[in-house]
Amino acid sequence: MISIMNALIFIVAAPFIGGLVAGIDRKLTARMQGRVGPPILQPFADVGKLFEKKQIVVTPSQHVHTLSYLVFIVASGALFFAGGDLLLVIFAFTLAHLFLVLGAYSSYSPYSFIGAERELIQIIAYEPMIILAAVGMYLVTKSFFVWEIMASELPLILYLPGVFLGFLMVLTIKLRKSPFDLSTSHHAHQEIVKGVTTDFSGPMLGRVEIAHWYENVFLLGFIYLFFAWNPLIAIIAIIVVYLLEILIDNTFSRGTWQFTLKSSWIIAGMMGLVNLGVLYYLSAVVPA
Amino acid sequence: MINNDKKPDVHLFEGESLITLPFLILFPAAIAAILLLVPGDTWRRLIVQAGALIIGIASLYLLFITPGAGQAFFPVTGGWITTLMFIAEMIIAVFLIYLGIKHKKYLALFLVVAQAALLIFYETSAAHGAHIVPDLFIDQLSLIMALIIGIIGSLICVYALGYMATYHELHPDVKDRRRSFFFLVFLFIASMFGLVFSNYLPWVFFFWELTTLCSFLLIGYSGTGEAVNNSFLALNMNLLGGIAFAGALIYLAVISPGGDLLSISTLIQSGHVVALIPAVLIGFAGITKAALMPFSAWLVGAMIAPTPVSALLHSSTMVKAGVYIIVRFSPVLTGTTEGLIIALLGGFTFLLASAIAISQSNAKKVLAYSTIANLGLIVACAGVGTYKLVWAAIMLIIFHAIAKSLLFLCVGTVEHRIGSRDIEDMTGLIVRMPKVAVMMLVGIAGMFLAPFGMLISKWAAIEAFIDAPFGLIFVAILAFGGSITVLFWSKWMGKIISVCPVAELVENRISRQKWIVLSLLTAMTVFVCLAFPIISSHLIEPFVLSVYGQTARLSQDNIIIMAMMLFLLMIMPFSLLWFRKEKNIVAPYMAGRPATPDLHFLGSMGVQRQVGLGNYYFEGIFGEKKLFMAGTALCFGLILLMGTLTAGVAL
Amino acid sequence: MTWLSKSPWILHYDASSCNGCDIEVLACLSPLYDVERFGIINTGNPKHADVLVITGGINEQNREVVRNLYDQMADPKVVVAVGICASSGGVFRECYNVVGGIDCIIPVDVYVPGCAARPESIIDGIVKALSILEEKKRGTHISQAPRQGAGGLR
Repeated sequence: MISIMNALIFIVAAPFIGGLVAGIDRKLTARMQGRVGPPILQPFADVGKLFEKKQIVVTPSQHVHTLSYLVFIVASGALFFAGGDLLLVIFAFTLAHLFLVLGAYSSYSPYSFIGAERELIQIIAYEPMIILAAVGMYLVTKSFFVWEIMASELPLILYLPGVFLGFLMVLTIKLRKSPFDLSTSHHAHQEIVKGVTTDFSGPMLGRVEIAHWYENVFLLGFIYLFFAWNPLIAIIAIIVVYLLEILIDNTFSRGTWQFTLKSSWIIAGMMGLVNLGVLYYLSAVVPA
Repeated sequence: MINNDKKPDVHLFEGESLITLPFLILFPAAIAAILLLVPGDTWRRLIVQAGALIIGIASLYLLFITPGAGQAFFPVTGGWITTLMFIAEMIIAVFLIYLGIKHKKYLALFLVVAQAALLIFYETSAAHGAHIVPDLFIDQLSLIMALIIGIIGSLICVYALGYMATYHELHPDVKDRRRSFFFLVFLFIASMFGLVFSNYLPWVFFFWELTTLCSFLLIGYSGTGEAVNNSFLALNMNLLGGIAFAGALIYLAVISPGGDLLSISTLIQSGHVVALIPAVLIGFAGITKAALMPFSAWLVGAMIAPTPVSALLHSSTMVKAGVYIIVRFSPVLTGTTEGLIIALLGGFTFLLASAIAISQSNAKKVLAYSTIANLGLIVACAGVGTYKLVWAAIMLIIFHAIAKSLLFLCVGTVEHRIGSRDIEDMTGLIVRMPKVAVMMLVGIAGMFLAPFGMLISKWAAIEAFIDAPFGLIFVAILAFGGSITVLFWSKWMGKIISVCPVAELVENRISRQKWIVLSLLTAMTVFVCLAFPIISSHLIEPFVLSVYGQTARLSQDNIIIMAMMLFLLMIMPFSLLWFRKEKNIVAPYMAGRPATPDLHFLGSMGVQRQVGLGNYYFEGIFGEKKLFMAGTALCFGLILLMGTLTAGVAL
Repeated sequence: MTWLSKSPWILHYDASSCNGCDIEVLACLSPLYDVERFGIINTGNPKHADVLVITGGINEQNREVVRNLYDQMADPKVVVAVGICASSGGVFRECYNVVGGIDCIIPVDVYVPGCAARPESIIDGIVKALSILEEKKRGTHISQAPRQGAGGLR
């Protein structure tokens, strides 16, 4: 059943988990580069500071867009953890991201503008694969509802290895990791200044950052679905996947948008579609 | 999705309460005739507005007289009507031959002659034995179409009053033929009503040809060389479809000398063996009219016409006739190879036309390609034709009609105020024309965003395709095509929403009629999203249930969640009231370069430059020429394959 | 204690430095000194930055730029002039196009001496700037007007 309790827990706990994950991410990144790195709780200090700064804006409408971005990210994530329809969750996330893009467009600044265009490219790069992942879960569990997928006894990962690999590929885009951190990036990395976030500052940037934490928790939850039949394996898998993403982030240089678009489409096409095709064929030929 | 496995209950109604059906066909035609005779502008305004109002009310009245399920029939006695239609068709043929010779368009000439010959053959030999009484009919599908035609079509007519006046001010070189313009527009509406209410296929064909004629004349309205060429392109392609349609008539007349199969309701229930060949032929006609891939050029070319014509062609008439007929015949097409091929045609059109839209900066062309894409999706749903997909297809028809007409009329309004229909010139529209910009944003959101209509339909289509045969192909097409759609709409939105520092307000001198029409369409876009569960349960589900014996609907949870999302979406902009008093406004980051308020900065070599921002168009990947060639080749191949298969069945 | 001093994001601008100090500033980010230990990030964007780190003196080409960058930073903010050129114009002070130190354009909070300034002293300067940042947040800091440098009168 749809669980409002889970949604509330997500709304309260996700920023803490998301911030902690970001802190661990920075620490590990630093260690991989032979540095000591910031304290684990550094991301919280960063966001706390952003809210202490005085707000400056290019246009007041930036506020509306960033606020909408945060609200819809939280709402979509809550819908996911409440056990809602996976496709609706994906579309709701697209809506939320659109607000980030519009916020960048609204300032009429060259750097935000390029960031916005690149963010859109990233959206079309990852969106097909995420939809295909949801479709794959449907093919195995016969439901789009997250709570039913969660309740499934089947080891999804064994049915959907290709889809999972394709998902890992686009996860790199969604986590804003190299080689796909085109539109904006993390930590001290810079790309065309800061892409979409160039003209956000102070509390507004803080909102964007918190929204990103929420979204990361959703993404980790999505990985969980592949292993939902065994919570222990699922948590180990999430940790391994995240470590892998950090490793990728630190070993790749930034790619071009053409590379992002083509590679993610080709991988999604090869891995995802072939996997789904096999499943589809099996379900058509071998009746359950 | 929940399935309702209930038995269809078919009620047959006959009686006087259906007097509205002939009224809706004849009244717009009468208005058209009056408009042809009335010379003055004042009278024309009055008649158009009154006519539009009455048509709108009459189509709403249909809601109350349509049976809750099944079809209601209205027999029309008097064989002379059919004869009259034949004579009218011949007159049209002669008229087209005259125009063909005048403009030296010999291909059109050949097609007209071929079609007329087929008709004469049908009328003189094949249809001799036909003795059935032609009838009009109405069911929920006809009702939905009638509402779209009656409400959106008449709103566009009202809008056209103001638009055409400005149009002739701005284009003094174009001859003012507004009398024939409004005559054609109302005739168009009349023939669309005829098309969706006719049960008797020869009548459908007559109205079909009338829409072809009206669109041909409207596209060529300005009379320039390009307009004439494009109008003949549209004519040629639609005549090809007309020939296929005539072929279907002859085939049916030959296999059933009594003429029983000439009524749609009988034909659809007569099973694959009998109905497949005419369904494929008529489906082909539908594909030409709905401008799917090999034939998409005519709809893109039709952009040359004044904007209300484009709005009419794209939203409520013409192309909707094409998809209407395919949805009508989808029970016949479902589960057949031919149906699958038609669906593939639609699917590839959806994917490629969406991709081409990315590379376009002309707003009307973007809208045109998006229309083609969505028609492709509707045809893909109808071609595979399971009950869930037909549900999705009808949803798409409704939402697309409203949002697209709104967008066209917004672009038309903007074009007259800023003198350009290029998206690049719409920078900062939110400052320059705030109200129109908001309406445009609602329209665009209606085309691709959750929780608006088009997205609900696409979502339902994904869920439905998974369970359909060969559905994975379509799921993949939707996954990729859907995200491509996000790109071209969002970057348009971004252009509108940029708060450009030097924009001045130009939102004056827009006539009251235009405001009323635009506001009504905006309100309808939002309203259908809120009311779609009711629309679904009262209009779409009964139709799907009566045809398939089961129906689809979205689950209650999702509807509630989407209503909440829509509510959130509507209250978010009000936060601007809170933030409006923001004091610390700084210039956008310009790499430290000091810039003037209108974003001039000192470039290299001491030259003053102004910031200019342009969208990405990805010519190299999504170029029109390349993708159009690919699509044409692919879809042409599919049509050949379908033709071969059908010929195989026929022999 | 505020969050500000725990997460100082810097913007590094090379006014007209000989690149000596720049290399030392960047050395602070390297594994040897690793200023990210203190939460310091080099943002490259004035709208995100709290500390403006400038190397080199002001000349006719960049005086507008420095002013612009400073204006685009949100309050509270501090300025650190790194190296002798940034502090006073240094050896370039008498050049035909040099205006002088940073403080003839914008108020400077910390001067880091040296030619080139050593990473240790740069870090020291930034840490000193953090306490000023705190004071500014609390409103206890007494700001000083920009000083007219020797070349500024020209």
